[in-house]
Amino acid sequence: MFSNILIYFVVIPLLMLGLLAVSQNMKQIRAVAVTGSLALLGLSVYLLTDYLSLRAAGADAPMLYTDSWSWFAPLNINMAVGVDGISIAMLILSSVILLTGSFASWKINPHPKEFFLWLVLLSTGVFGFFISIDLFTMFMFYEVALIPMYLLIGVWGSGKKNYSAMKLTLMLMGGSAFLMLGLIGIYYNGGHTWNIVEIAQGNLIDPSWQNFLFPMTFVGFGVLGAMFPFHTWSPDGHASAPTAVSMLHAGVLMKLGGYGCFRVAIYLMPQAAEELAWIFLILTGISVVYGAFSACVQTDLKYINAYSSVSHCGLVLFAILMLNTTAMTGAIMQMLSHGLMTALFFALIGMIYGRTHTRDIREMGGLMKIMPCLAVCYVIAGMASLGLPGLSGFVAEMTIFIGSFEHTDTFHRVFTILACCSIVITAVYILRVVGKLLFGPVYDEHHLSLTDATWWERTSTFALIVCVAAIGCFPNFFEELIKFTFSPQIFAVIGMN
Amino acid sequence: MDFTIPLLILAIPLGMFLLLGLAGMKMSHKTAGVLGTLGMGTVLVLSYFTAFQYYFSGNPEFISEAGQRLQSIIFNVDWLAFTPNLVIRLGFLLDPISAMMLIVIPTISFMVHLYSLGYMKGEKGFQRYYAFLSLFSFSMLGLVVATNIFQMYIFWELVGASSYLLIGFFYTLPSAVSASKKAFIVTRFADLGFLVGILILSFYTQTFDFITLTSDPGSVLASTAGATFMGCSVLTLAMVLIFMGGMGKSAMMPLHIWLPDAMEGPTPVSALIHAATMVVAGVYLVARMFPVYLQVPSSLEFVLVIGAITALYAAVVACCQIDIKRVLAFSTISQIAFMMVSLGVARPEIHECLGYMASMFHLFTHAMFKALLFLGAGALIHAVHSNNYTAMGGLRKYMPITHITFLIGCLAIAGIPPFAGFFSKDEILVAVYGYSTFWGIWMSCVAGLTAFYMFRIYYLIFWWNEPDYHHRPHDGEMVMSLPLIILAAVSTVAGFIHFGEFVTWQGHEYQIHMDYVVAGISVAIALVGIFFARFLYLKENDRPRRMADSCRWLWTAANRRFYWDEIYMFITHKIIFNGICRPIAWFDRAVIDGSMNGLAIVTNKASVAIKNLQSGRVQQYVLLYLIGALLLAVITAWCVL
Repeated sequence: MFSNILIYFVVIPLLMLGLLAVSQNMKQIRAVAVTGSLALLGLSVYLLTDYLSLRAAGADAPMLYTDSWSWFAPLNINMAVGVDGISIAMLILSSVILLTGSFASWKINPHPKEFFLWLVLLSTGVFGFFISIDLFTMFMFYEVALIPMYLLIGVWGSGKKNYSAMKLTLMLMGGSAFLMLGLIGIYYNGGHTWNIVEIAQGNLIDPSWQNFLFPMTFVGFGVLGAMFPFHTWSPDGHASAPTAVSMLHAGVLMKLGGYGCFRVAIYLMPQAAEELAWIFLILTGISVVYGAFSACVQTDLKYINAYSSVSHCGLVLFAILMLNTTAMTGAIMQMLSHGLMTALFFALIGMIYGRTHTRDIREMGGLMKIMPCLAVCYVIAGMASLGLPGLSGFVAEMTIFIGSFEHTDTFHRVFTILACCSIVITAVYILRVVGKLLFGPVYDEHHLSLTDATWWERTSTFALIVCVAAIGCFPNFFEELIKFTFSPQIFAVIGMN
Repeated sequence: MDFTIPLLILAIPLGMFLLLGLAGMKMSHKTAGVLGTLGMGTVLVLSYFTAFQYYFSGNPEFISEAGQRLQSIIFNVDWLAFTPNLVIRLGFLLDPISAMMLIVIPTISFMVHLYSLGYMKGEKGFQRYYAFLSLFSFSMLGLVVATNIFQMYIFWELVGASSYLLIGFFYTLPSAVSASKKAFIVTRFADLGFLVGILILSFYTQTFDFITLTSDPGSVLASTAGATFMGCSVLTLAMVLIFMGGMGKSAMMPLHIWLPDAMEGPTPVSALIHAATMVVAGVYLVARMFPVYLQVPSSLEFVLVIGAITALYAAVVACCQIDIKRVLAFSTISQIAFMMVSLGVARPEIHECLGYMASMFHLFTHAMFKALLFLGAGALIHAVHSNNYTAMGGLRKYMPITHITFLIGCLAIAGIPPFAGFFSKDEILVAVYGYSTFWGIWMSCVAGLTAFYMFRIYYLIFWWNEPDYHHRPHDGEMVMSLPLIILAAVSTVAGFIHFGEFVTWQGHEYQIHMDYVVAGISVAIALVGIFFARFLYLKENDRPRRMADSCRWLWTAANRRFYWDEIYMFITHKIIFNGICRPIAWFDRAVIDGSMNGLAIVTNKASVAIKNLQSGRVQQYVLLYLIGALLLAVITAWCVL
């Protein structure tokens, strides 16, 4: 069992949990968190290089490193693992954000040990989710990732934390209910197997059932991907969550939604996807513009960012539904890009909030003068978000737009142009915040005594900026990594390229 | 040609940006300034070398046996492959217009680097300023040498961002912050059109490459034949949308509103970005895509009409501004509109596309004399600490160098021979008259207005009446005067360049013939404008006030720029912000979130309501049991009977 490299993505977090449970002081906790997440990062980078060399050597299976261990034989439940380029990209994203999140919660208070325990448990679920190719274990890991969120927000949060924690958990659980129904339906109509690769390659699900199961799974995962009108947990949840949790949640957990929509809903049920895509295109198209417009009038930094996430994640689902290689590649790029830059945003907002004790942009101003380092990082994050070339947002969005425009009918094109409009609205709300928060005269005299970023805060933000710039400057590498995954067989079914 | 030097032209400014941006805080002002200027100086030398190679080396890569100048790609690297056909490449294209821009941009940029050493001395954030200047130079150079339309779009966005950063350089001033925001958002909106245009065009032609698009546009565009989108021909739509991008950057009506506000930036920045280089990107774009535009004459008509209206509008507004930088800004808008008009009337049958050549010629000369005027204005502002001409007057005695160079700039822009503007403007007018007499007369009137408003501020600044100066104004230091002198010299002689040998539509040589009728008329009109300005503004008198009073509404309207800002304010604040954003945000909280909360409340209420059933009292359970049994019995009996 331990000969498979993928299993270590679950083993390392479990080891971290054990070590955290016995650590005595802050120093040890930090050491465990940082070492563990560095190990995960190293492992995922190693996996990336190894994967690329395997692909270069001609491995053409849809999933590599596959393995399966029986778990509950009567129902064919296995612990089955396997990865492709997309999962690897997500694994790297998750480990980067776990690492930077650990740095961002350097001084978490109170109960640091418990905080990190739940945080690492959450990541166990995330990593497990991305390596699973068995629907049942995938769902299990999904739930493992969701539940800790309740406690993390409820205990370490701020503002209306009880309400937000309850709301977030209940809404996501509601999504899970749909999802479970869909997954059980897939099991019984997909030849009594939970294995994604087997179902997809055989195209085993009966088309009439697909039309029922596709909306179930798409909505189920879509709730986590902040799809309109199931997105309202996002603003409240993010606003109340502590920094590292916001980072992980917006950076990684929301990606579970997009990844699930792609890997389960579209990958397994292509016919239904083609038939029903238009309904969800309308919903996600609304998300994109609606989220951006809502963000324009918010005054709480975290609300602005939460709505901007609704817009950006809407674009992910929007692109997936375009059902062609280019747009889907763009969707995955957008997941990476959004994950990194939104984590950067939330980290910075946390740092600013930690100093000024307010997130209301009406009560701040001129921070550039007071904390130049944080302010410059904020400007860079904003530029990434509004799609400046050289940073990650641009390449992702452009790939999506080019891909979406491959459809020749008026319906798709009108919605593509609508989605393009978001680049202008995004510029409006980003520059509004930057102008109010960072530039202009200093609003509050008391802020003049505040200090700039500490070394651990710098580590956290600089690491994220480097990643954002790396994707923005060398997009072809990531594009190739992802693109190979869209093996023709998926599209052969629905007759797309 | 070897790729090292072209690569260095792009790499040095980028490297300088990273160096000054990351390590600038550790440097002294002087080190940063000198480093930035030296970097730009190197780029200047390399670019001149490259352009010289292109024009004069006779290398068969660059010029054919028949004397036709060729388009030559020096290097082209894949950057991002969307599909096998649609690949963004980053490359370096040398052709007549990009080689010309390789002269213009580094020249102006170097002058501005040099000038800023004096102008920005002691400013906080001096290193940051030089870092941004380098970033801008990098982006602008990348834009002009783009080998494909998407590379151009990438650098197009980058120049927009560097312009944003430089306009907002004095970030503690609220006016600078809002001006930078406005500039970015207005151009972003235009870029949306540009992007959609690229999407449409590239979908049908399956290529981004300029050479493929422009070398044989007829066959490349054949795939668009008959294709429509929402009732319009896709090709017309694509070309108009791409031009919309150009309208944003080049401040054509109705997207011009950002440029006057952009004057909040430091004056050398206005000279570099908002007069000489970035704002002509729209003209450059149309020129670059010109063979494609020729396939769609209606889109060229569109260019012509937008350009002609903008030229007149901006010239009228420039006559009624008080801030000298705003006068120059509106004059820039008007002059760029001249170039647009010139492209709009260019047709192969009219003097072998003279309009194309004239437009590029004017771009070149305008960059020189407008940069000169802006740098001169900078010296004036530096001396009297105000942007308004009301704080100036009689300055010819105190600032002789500025006076002479500014006068040369004014003569050049007014189109008085032998200064540069005369030659290029004359070619434009010949082209326009060749196309239509109506537009020809229209543009001649604008040329007259140009002479008037330029000499209006000239006389008001250097003659008129002398106000009380707190301390004696004087010329700037040497690093500030030197660029003025050099640019003045260039503005004097640039007209004698045989431009037709270097830049023409298809690279064939074109012999410029002076059309003495058109030239005579335009000089006469310019002289009328100048003498009228002299009559009004030479000495202090009340004629200007009486004239303004005689049609006060027009003066006020022009002074308020015909209320475009108010219109935009109404649309953005009242309609978009209060009419769309707020209702959506309210809808989200009240309706969508309300229904989610409602669901929770209903569940809660329902469980409260039925929880009494689980009371634990046996009597109640027995009672309910009996009622239930009775009901069942009744139902059974009813069904059986």
